[in-house]
Amino acid sequence: MIWQLDIILLILVTACAIAAITVRDLLSSAILLGAYSFMMCLLWAEMGAVDVAFTEAAVGAGISTAFFIAAIHQTTRRTKD
Amino acid sequence: MDFIISKFNYWIYIVLMMIGFYAMISKSNLVKKLVGMNIFQTAIILFFISIGSKKGATIPIIQDSHVDAVNSALYMNPLPHVLMLTAIVVMVSTFGVAVALLIMIYRKYKTLEEDEILQILRNEKWPNTH
Repeated sequence: MIWQLDIILLILVTACAIAAITVRDLLSSAILLGAYSFMMCLLWAEMGAVDVAFTEAAVGAGISTAFFIAAIHQTTRRTKD
Repeated sequence: MDFIISKFNYWIYIVLMMIGFYAMISKSNLVKKLVGMNIFQTAIILFFISIGSKKGATIPIIQDSHVDAVNSALYMNPLPHVLMLTAIVVMVSTFGVAVALLIMIYRKYKTLEEDEILQILRNEKWPNTH
């Protein structure tokens, strides 16, 4: 566990989370949520949970983003907040 | 200062959880609520992984299998990892079901904003008042 890398990744994760809920376009929100999941995956690999990091990279950052973009394609990108 | 730096994972876990909770409560778009729920669940997983982490330890894979006893201070605790592996799978299946429900809601009401959907429902129930 490298504490400098830990702090940098945690700040990046928080920034991605705030951006994902404040941006006014749902496609941007989907991509930022994917970036958030990938930062989380790096954080868990850094904390020694490699199996959780594998699963998060494949399922959280991959499949979730694909579902999300497919849903936005079927519905709308517009959002009020 | 040391109290903040040494427990930084836990502080960020609380911050992320509150970000997700805020999005679930105060955003009116249903997709934004879903993003907030995803952030909330990931924050809980971050908390559990932080519990299992140790300073100066390595990943829980034993190199030489002929030793009988291992020094547990040298390895991260693998029990929270296994529990959270299940939580990730549950998180993604919840996300998939929620996305399917959102598509059905959009097909019926042609909008994803909560207040507009409530307005449409109210007009269906009492058509003369507006």
